[in-house]
Amino acid sequence: MANRMVKNAAGRDVVTEINGQPAVPFKGVGKYKPEGRKHAPRISSCADYPDDGDKRVKTIKEALVKAGIKDGMTISTHHHFRNGDLLANMVFDAVNELGIKNIRWFPSASFPCHAHLIQYLDNGTIHHIEGSMNGPLGQYVSEGKMRGMAVLRSHGGRYQAVQDGEVQIDIAVIGAPKADPFGNANGLEGDSACGLLGFALADSQYADKVIIVTDNMVPFPCIPWQIQGNYVDYTVEVDKLGLPEEIVSGTTRITKSPDRLMLAEMTAKFCYEAGIIRDGFSFQSGAGGTSLAVGEFFKDIMKQKGIRARFVRGGSNKYLVSMLEEDLVDYILDGQTFDLEGVRSMRENPRHLWTSPFTSYNYHGKGNFAPLVDVAILGATEVDLNFNANVVTHSDGYLLHGIGGWQNCLFSKTVILPLPLVRDRVPVIIDEVTTLCGPGELIDVIVTERGIAVNPLRKDLLSMVKNSGLPLKSIKELKEEAERICGKPEKAQIEDKVIAAIKWVDGTIIDVVRKVKT
Amino acid sequence: MKKVAVTGNTGPRIRSDCELKLEIKSSGGIKINLESKVKVMYGSSITRLMEEGLNFFDIKHAVLDVNDSGALPFVHMARLEAAVKALVKTDKELLPEMSEYNRYLSDRERFRFSRLYLPGNTPSMMLNAGLHSPDGIILDLEDSVAPAKKHEARFLVRNVLRQVNFYGAERMVRINQGERGYEDLKYVLPHNVHLILVPKCESAEYLRELAKSADRILSENNIKQDLFFMPIIESALGVEKAYEIASAVKNVVAIAIGLEDYTADLGVQRTNEGRESIYARLRLVNAAKAARVQPIDSVFSDVSDMEALKAIAKMSKSIGFEGMGCIHPRQIQVIKASFAPELDEINKASEIVQAFNEAEEKGLGVVSIGSKMIDAPVVARARRTLALAEKLNLIPDEKESQENE
Repeated sequence: MANRMVKNAAGRDVVTEINGQPAVPFKGVGKYKPEGRKHAPRISSCADYPDDGDKRVKTIKEALVKAGIKDGMTISTHHHFRNGDLLANMVFDAVNELGIKNIRWFPSASFPCHAHLIQYLDNGTIHHIEGSMNGPLGQYVSEGKMRGMAVLRSHGGRYQAVQDGEVQIDIAVIGAPKADPFGNANGLEGDSACGLLGFALADSQYADKVIIVTDNMVPFPCIPWQIQGNYVDYTVEVDKLGLPEEIVSGTTRITKSPDRLMLAEMTAKFCYEAGIIRDGFSFQSGAGGTSLAVGEFFKDIMKQKGIRARFVRGGSNKYLVSMLEEDLVDYILDGQTFDLEGVRSMRENPRHLWTSPFTSYNYHGKGNFAPLVDVAILGATEVDLNFNANVVTHSDGYLLHGIGGWQNCLFSKTVILPLPLVRDRVPVIIDEVTTLCGPGELIDVIVTERGIAVNPLRKDLLSMVKNSGLPLKSIKELKEEAERICGKPEKAQIEDKVIAAIKWVDGTIIDVVRKVKT
Repeated sequence: MKKVAVTGNTGPRIRSDCELKLEIKSSGGIKINLESKVKVMYGSSITRLMEEGLNFFDIKHAVLDVNDSGALPFVHMARLEAAVKALVKTDKELLPEMSEYNRYLSDRERFRFSRLYLPGNTPSMMLNAGLHSPDGIILDLEDSVAPAKKHEARFLVRNVLRQVNFYGAERMVRINQGERGYEDLKYVLPHNVHLILVPKCESAEYLRELAKSADRILSENNIKQDLFFMPIIESALGVEKAYEIASAVKNVVAIAIGLEDYTADLGVQRTNEGRESIYARLRLVNAAKAARVQPIDSVFSDVSDMEALKAIAKMSKSIGFEGMGCIHPRQIQVIKASFAPELDEINKASEIVQAFNEAEEKGLGVVSIGSKMIDAPVVARARRTLALAEKLNLIPDEKESQENE
């Protein structure tokens, strides 16, 4: 049955239904305000739980059976172990053995290690995925092979969807590097240490059944309890949750690429000239090569000028930790931890704080931290002449990345995307993005090796940097320069069939992704 | 006659390049098989370019496999021409357009603090090199190109000279030694090359012969502008002959020292402190100054150690060198900053120039500051320092300092 399409406020044709559920088209930034109450899980009674607090069961399979697994349910997992995750694969091996079908898999993100699950998409164990799709799963979905429609959400959008009841989780399976039999858990210690468990917070609060799986069971109490055992139904011990070297890297390294370093240096200079780097400021940068390097150039400027930041948000790593320990920043507000130094600091340093998608990103809350950040340095695969940006597909139409916290961070006071204008004949600025993930009104600056474009809406930034000597250009000039070098690109060949919906932070549909022609 | 030619590069680490396999047939028309990372965006334009290229060389029947990793059209053209010429004898050249922004000239006296080496057969490094603002960009046909790839690199370097924006850097090519070097000149000189680096130079005679060949090529192509030379001294014999080499032909503008080969020739280890090369360096500096050309120091190969680079560059400047080679773009700014005049140098220079101007206004024959007489060459050097400082934006802004007061 063909899905009815409607033009949303961003001018994109989007579906009105996702897998049989009605869906709201994007209304504009800050325009959609749903009424009603949040979702609530069922009332539990202590009478149904062991008096000695020992909720252990022998296997994941047994826990799933006790949790009442049935065809068509929603099962959630998390990406704290990143590409080293073994748990999601174990869970679906068990689901498959039980002969259960049509599960909605609701991971906070998926990684190439989850290519193992393609067989379960093929045999109908999994009906569809709502989360990020990259690598082999992205290709599978893009080629139209998944039964249901994929849904991609930001980290904040995932919390919002669970809280609002848009996605009702039947069984949440949470991997914990350290846990006790009662279900208190954290990510700070053990072979699978990953830092924090923030992405599982919503699941623990709202899922009907919660299973903690650990490879490091300690006697009660497991402290600190990043996940509270009072939400937990069952606990399971396994030999190994993940591959440590893939969970956090031994040591994060800054890019050596001269072109990326140049982008990072230009970005830092821009921030300084625009008056963003000043005492008490805050910034967010990711763990990508360029973002890490931006942090290092910030550090140089801060040291040189005697500037101290109030807080840094983002995935922590040894570089941010060194800024914390050298007193260049007061606090790290950590969302996920990328290396062993980050994990150590989080364990030892009271100024290294855990955050979650609830505190940082949830749009249906009484505020969140994202708009408090002075500058966010983010990536993108494409930007168009209206500063709209894409992070999920490439220009060939294939789904390749998740949204992560990207959409949520767009609410920072200034959003800067340092991007190579041309990379191996791929121009980054084009007429119209293949997939719209972030509206241009929230994207302020594009830094490329061939010039910096400031969104004309940001007259304040423009007037600050106009005499700085930085190579300012219009986004149109940059696009034309990219086309002079690469030639004008042709558009991806796509079919009508919608294979994925892209949600905005408020749960509305900002765009859809269509099947690629194979 | 050979029927199949393979040119270019492919592999997991290869970017912005392509590998072509061309097989000329006797019938069947043109068949192009394209594999490309950017097939969706540029597939049909790549295929069209290849068809036009084969047609240009009058090839009517061929199978062409293109394995592309995001190469730009001038790279495709170079790879195709190299493949065709491996199979067919032809004098035709498949030239991309000469970009307007690449028509500027150089001059003898320009600064040559930093010159960035680019391996001549590696397209991925070419496009952005000029953005890092080196004083010169060297497209290298010599040591960084594998022997089997020497010929195809000529087409690529030629096309880079025509198409890639050098953003004002001096346009340099390092040719091969001996016969191959003469041949290299034919490929590159018609495309606005400013300077030729002559490796492992050991005699003035060789340089004179090379310059004669170059002149011939230039006049055949009706090119009037000067072509400069920078011989590289890389052996004990070369060091002994440094002055003769530096003054062999009038268009030598600099001589450089290559310490990797020099220390190998001496049979000693190359160190960061450079004790083993003190004689060679001082001799080279003196020879260069005697011949009124710029002495240029060797490259420093540890690209991650910026502190060591800074120390070496400062030392190098202090013994009279006027520049260094770079093998990584991040070295450029460090080297430029190290060779740039320091603030007290600038202040002294402006004092001298001011005194000279005042003396001239008053019609005085003798310039002095305090009790110290200022000679003409000192004024000339001070002017040069100021020009340099101005170009590097190092002159303290008077207006700003007044405002601050």
